[in-house]
Amino acid sequence: MADVTGATIRLEELTKHFPGQKIAAVDRVTLEIPAGQLVVFVGPSGSGKTTTMKMINRLIEPTSGLISIDDRDVTHLDPVKLRRKIGYAIQNSGLFPHMTVGQNIALVPRMLGWSRSRVSTRVDELLETVGLDSVEFRNRYPRQLSGGQQQRVGVARALAGDPPVLLMDEPFGAVDPITRGHLQDELIRIQHELHKTIVFVTHDFDEAVKLGDKIVVLREQSHIAQYDTPEAILTNPADEFVAGFVGAGAALKRLTLSRVRDVEVKPFATAGMRDDIATIRRAAREYGADEVLLLDERRRPTRWLRREEVRRGGAGLAVTAHEVGDTVTRDATLRDALDAILTEGGGKVAVTGPRGEYIGVVSIETLMGSIQEMLEADREAAREHLDELEAQREVQRVEEQERAGHEDGAHPAESDQR
Amino acid sequence: MSGGPVRPVGSAVDAETRAARPPALPSRFGWTDFVVMPVFLGLVLLVLWQWISHQDLDPIERVTLAWPNVRRRIVEHIQLTALSTVLVLIIAIPLGILLTRRQARRFAPFALALANVGQATPAIGLLVLLTLWLGVGVKVAIIGAVAYAVLPVLSNTIAGLEDVDRQLVEAARGIGMSMPGVLFKVEFPLAVPLVLAGVRNALVLNVGTATLATFVNAGGLGDIIQDGILLQRTVVLIVGSVLTVVLALTVDWLASLAEQGLRPRGLRNGG
Repeated sequence: MADVTGATIRLEELTKHFPGQKIAAVDRVTLEIPAGQLVVFVGPSGSGKTTTMKMINRLIEPTSGLISIDDRDVTHLDPVKLRRKIGYAIQNSGLFPHMTVGQNIALVPRMLGWSRSRVSTRVDELLETVGLDSVEFRNRYPRQLSGGQQQRVGVARALAGDPPVLLMDEPFGAVDPITRGHLQDELIRIQHELHKTIVFVTHDFDEAVKLGDKIVVLREQSHIAQYDTPEAILTNPADEFVAGFVGAGAALKRLTLSRVRDVEVKPFATAGMRDDIATIRRAAREYGADEVLLLDERRRPTRWLRREEVRRGGAGLAVTAHEVGDTVTRDATLRDALDAILTEGGGKVAVTGPRGEYIGVVSIETLMGSIQEMLEADREAAREHLDELEAQREVQRVEEQERAGHEDGAHPAESDQR
Repeated sequence: MSGGPVRPVGSAVDAETRAARPPALPSRFGWTDFVVMPVFLGLVLLVLWQWISHQDLDPIERVTLAWPNVRRRIVEHIQLTALSTVLVLIIAIPLGILLTRRQARRFAPFALALANVGQATPAIGLLVLLTLWLGVGVKVAIIGAVAYAVLPVLSNTIAGLEDVDRQLVEAARGIGMSMPGVLFKVEFPLAVPLVLAGVRNALVLNVGTATLATFVNAGGLGDIIQDGILLQRTVVLIVGSVLTVVLALTVDWLASLAEQGLRPRGLRNGG
């Protein structure tokens, strides 16, 4: 584990009242974002999540309240200097079209007064960090990049000054779903290396579940509906609003929180493409299976031999048999695995290694078992949580009763007079 | 961009980052940009020269069309155009920037209305009015030209700055640029194509207005045309007119080259 390089952000009674509006856009938000964590602000549009974020780097000046970063009050710092220490990434990348990729990334380090050579090294380093070849990309203009590549450069620019805090305002909102998935994976990887404090705004709850160490569900005026881990919010939404926002299929979403590596990958009957039917039948018997997975010469899954085909045998099996349509890696989420199993149709999916080679299979039964276990564990945690709340409430009730009793006792004369 | 082998970057590279190399940025200029207009203007001048050589010129025509006189008028014309354009830039660009700042934005409609009055007034009428007030001379010609040409540069500067994507301005502030930094590193460079279009427009207007300088005794090619009219010498009139047209087209051509050459790289053509 690398050291935590992030900083703790604290919002206290933070309020923004735009002139000419009846109610506050952000109303007395109090929140602590722990150092080194990725916290997602999620909520419907108009909930004030972006406004709340923009107050942290003071693109929007708060009406009242406090913001501190690492216990330093930042509401009285020079906003320009403050922003150079807070990374900022936005939707549509926000790259300046008249500057090259390299110049865009170099902006903050240069403003911080770094030497020319240090800035140049940093640009190369950051391009590699976000998965772009620096020789090929640093002298390109943004419009020569695809949407996903632009967004990567946007993230690189936000990281350029090595800030402890990163603000990301729907950074992946405008790219296609497949690219968005890649970018999310990259962000998770980068965060594993860097341990920044990241505030990430999105209206996509699935994105929040995938990325967040913690999620803040916001309702109108930036009131916090729930602030907890993704697991807790999915299994134990605080109220109707959160439940509605989590949406249908919370159990399915729970699947995105676990990966194939977390469940049992079982060995399966396999045979080579050129093996004769006797070898294939032997393989099937060995595993007590009535199906066999055929592998090519580099041990990549190619075709499923179903029960009928194994029994019937005959020439040309390797050509006519059901082709392997989808495989998963150990990094795939269980949701991806379930999806693949359903498309494959045989109740199981092949798991492959980094070069596509066969490792084993995950079956629908294994998956169902894990889901049951996960949900059971979540429910257990939720019950404990509820018990705790109940206990707290009990303590409060007793205290209130005592206070009430005390007040009654303090004014006996009044009641006598009445 | 090198054509060398793609270097492996470990697991970070996925299909998307290896996407096919996009086409290189098109060159700013095509060879036709440098050839078509000069050849055309050269031909026009050649025809004019041939035609005059075969004319039987009387003494008055000979004096008026003598090279030292013609050259003097051309130089005056260029000077008037250049000076008034520089003044337009000095006035209109800073004013346009000022009028897009938050504190002064509400004055923009008034300034544009005023500039519009300058341009809507026929240049000749403007010059006459100025003469009644300030007398004749180069100064008056230049003031007239400036009043006439401020509008395109001012309105294009304002439009160019207003057109800049608000998201980019906010991104610039968000990463910690100071206000002047945002203006000079982001807003203005992105407004440059529109500003340049305005400048080109102003230059062409000024070439035209300089033709009227003769009425306030400030020289220029208008003098030759005026001589042709007053002395009833068609040859002189034609030479003056053709030279004015050739000069105007030359200036416009040079301005178009500057427009293409000064546009920041990386911006789309037409944006």
